[in-house]
Amino acid sequence: MTTSSGFGSVSIAMCGSGGAGVMTAANMFLDAAAEAGYYALFGRSSGPQIRGGEAAALVRLGVDPITSVDDTFDIMLAIDWQGVQRFAAEVPLSKNSLVICDPSAGDVPEVYVKTGAKIVHLHMKDLAKEIPGGRPNMIALGAVAELIGIPVGPLTEVLGKSLKKKRADAYEASVAGVKAGAAAAATLDGAKRLAPAKAKDVKRWTVTGNYGAGLGAIRGGVRFCAAYPITPATEVLEYLSGALPKVGGVFVQAEDELASINMCLGASYGGEASITATAGPGLALMTEGLGLAVASETPVVVVDVQRVGPSTGIATKCEQSDLNIAVYGLHGDAPHLVVAANSVGDCIFTTQWGVYLAESLQTACLVMSDQALGQSRAIIDVPADVAFVGKRLAAVAPAEGEVFKRYANTANGISPMPVPGQPGCQYTSDGLEHTETGTPSSQAADHTMQLDKRQRKLDQFDYGNHWATIEGEGDIAVITWGACTGAAREAIARAKADGVNAKLISLRLISPTRPKHLAEALKGAKKILVVEQSHQGQFTRYLRGEYDLPVKPESLSRSGPLPMRPGEIHARLLSMGK
Amino acid sequence: MSSCESSATYTAKDFKSDVKPVWCPGCGDYAVLSSITKAFADLGLKPHETSVVSGIGCSSRIPAYTNTYGIHSIHGRALAVGQGLKLARPDLTVLVAGGDGDGFSIGGNHFLHACRRNVDLTYIVMDNRVYGMTKGQPSPTTESDWDASAMAPPGGTGMTPFHPLAIALASGANFIARGFSGDPNGTAQVIAEAIRHPGFSFVAIMSPCITFREEQREWKNTMRNVNIEPTTDPAQAARRLMTDDGYNCGILYRGNRPAYGKEKKATNAVSDLDREFTL
Repeated sequence: MTTSSGFGSVSIAMCGSGGAGVMTAANMFLDAAAEAGYYALFGRSSGPQIRGGEAAALVRLGVDPITSVDDTFDIMLAIDWQGVQRFAAEVPLSKNSLVICDPSAGDVPEVYVKTGAKIVHLHMKDLAKEIPGGRPNMIALGAVAELIGIPVGPLTEVLGKSLKKKRADAYEASVAGVKAGAAAAATLDGAKRLAPAKAKDVKRWTVTGNYGAGLGAIRGGVRFCAAYPITPATEVLEYLSGALPKVGGVFVQAEDELASINMCLGASYGGEASITATAGPGLALMTEGLGLAVASETPVVVVDVQRVGPSTGIATKCEQSDLNIAVYGLHGDAPHLVVAANSVGDCIFTTQWGVYLAESLQTACLVMSDQALGQSRAIIDVPADVAFVGKRLAAVAPAEGEVFKRYANTANGISPMPVPGQPGCQYTSDGLEHTETGTPSSQAADHTMQLDKRQRKLDQFDYGNHWATIEGEGDIAVITWGACTGAAREAIARAKADGVNAKLISLRLISPTRPKHLAEALKGAKKILVVEQSHQGQFTRYLRGEYDLPVKPESLSRSGPLPMRPGEIHARLLSMGK
Repeated sequence: MSSCESSATYTAKDFKSDVKPVWCPGCGDYAVLSSITKAFADLGLKPHETSVVSGIGCSSRIPAYTNTYGIHSIHGRALAVGQGLKLARPDLTVLVAGGDGDGFSIGGNHFLHACRRNVDLTYIVMDNRVYGMTKGQPSPTTESDWDASAMAPPGGTGMTPFHPLAIALASGANFIARGFSGDPNGTAQVIAEAIRHPGFSFVAIMSPCITFREEQREWKNTMRNVNIEPTTDPAQAARRLMTDDGYNCGILYRGNRPAYGKEKKATNAVSDLDREFTL
């Protein structure tokens, strides 16, 4: 049985108190790894205080694309121990792990000692002192790079890019620090080394899920964003506030989430594809506005970067527990779109697709992301430049003497939508139930007709093969979504090495349901495992409630905030494959 | 479509729709609707380049009664919707309309920030100091001792009425006026001035609800047009508003803060954005 990845990857945790520079070092480390031809995934862990306190940079590097954290860390480097015990659950170590620490920082906390990991000393502080302007984080950076096999060349190149122009002295001190760290580490052994990188034949990107969502939005045609900051969605907004004006768009910081969603609806009514991003508490505030989008058939996209809930929960950690509110949170019968990104890079595509769907279908689309995707940085292959750009079915003015029917009961449920300024198509967009012309109506026939129309347009649309990511074949079907996809993919690969074959089905289109497509994908599956990160098993319940599954699924479901690890799923697959 | 030619001029009637208002007989809002459509026509606007946005309540039904582009949105959010529309489409005339409950209670926060933000739109609040659509509960502008409501405690709410004009001033609004539905021509003039004003303009229009507050019939004898020069001095405006008895009509303050928002101008192609991510 394969117990650890062995997929040519190395996982490293760099820890220290706020200001020690572990995030800076890890970012440079990632850039250098990319320069050397490796792929990587970099998650950051900190408390709710954001700045100050303690911080851990969690980096996994490998020769192939990385979409999941590993079960254990190969190296844990602590610049100091202040508050680092908090990461014990997040940075699981084994007896094969290496702990690198500065003896001047004091004793290794018991929680790490008892893992059986090998503990070695590196005099980061002293080595830094020997260099004018030297800093321990650069010693750490050089040491880790040396240990796992990243050459100094790419490292100094990265330092040059980020420091040379600004401060030559800082650049020189950093290079000297990196070299000193590398030299000191050369005397240490016991670390897992990276396999040689494959030929760097394709261009790579580095992106976080949140920036990717922002880019995807603009690619999809978004030119308006109104939003209120909330962790862990804020970087989507930071990206859009800078990028939207460059492409002729508008970004507004709203006074709250109620204003955000409703400003977006106003802008969208005006003809601009609009987006906002939020997390659970903000989404809760937006649900009334989303209902208006559904009833008035106004396109709008909301990226929900899920965190741990309920209430303010744990703002900086991951969970998949907003599924219920995303799918069922609106009042009334309110069919709308829910799509989910399944990797850091996929945040780009799924958000772009979400904009395209919302604009095509004139309704609300929730793009589900989560803290693990949104705030992680990955090295990915250059994403395809897909052609999905949102386009509404345009209205034409009615003939003289005829009234314009904004909510015309068309065969496919999509009614032509005018843009204000267009003569002859004046109408009132209304959240009240209405007739085909938009006049408020409390009549049963109008209500039923409009409800049918809103459902029909979602059901009849051709979502192509983007409704899910499907990989592999096997007797077991693993159905999952979001950030769990990467862990499931790796678990399936490990199980295959153990002779257990499973198929991965990661739903991108959560709502509306695709019963025929899922039935087709499940053909031949003897067992189903549903993997998710929710205490209540929200996704399992959703699948069981909305789909006729051929067999009763097993559920692998647990709460956040710890990320789903491949080993958990792998162990279950092995027991299912017996 | 001869009526849509850009050279055509429009009368107030062209701005009215065929939908029959749900308002009670004698409601002040009929006259406000007429003042709005008259102001649109007087300004030479075109129905398809004009929009009326509202929230929820009796007065918020107004978009359906106009032949403009309109949004009848949700309770309290009209200003958010209207600001989004105007920021996305600076070429449109945007009028946001609603009542005292919609604007100052559930929508209070948006009111403050719309005054601060100063997006170029006109906000009209038809104030009757009562919730009409839900049958006569006290609103934020209701007198503290008014207790003729099933939901008001004996002796009234005891809460100081909201002072929308003073609050607008304190929040940064640059055009503050009061109108009276009993003077539709004067109100139409104030609305036209408000629309002309660059930036956020706020017009409170006293509009009686004689169904739940029959005593408001008396407003025709108490409302007065002050006919004073609008001050540009916020300190003078503050004195004027804080000593105001609620019955003075006219433009009471006109500041000159520039309107919010930059010109929309693309400087990059979408594909240029990729560079930030390329290694």
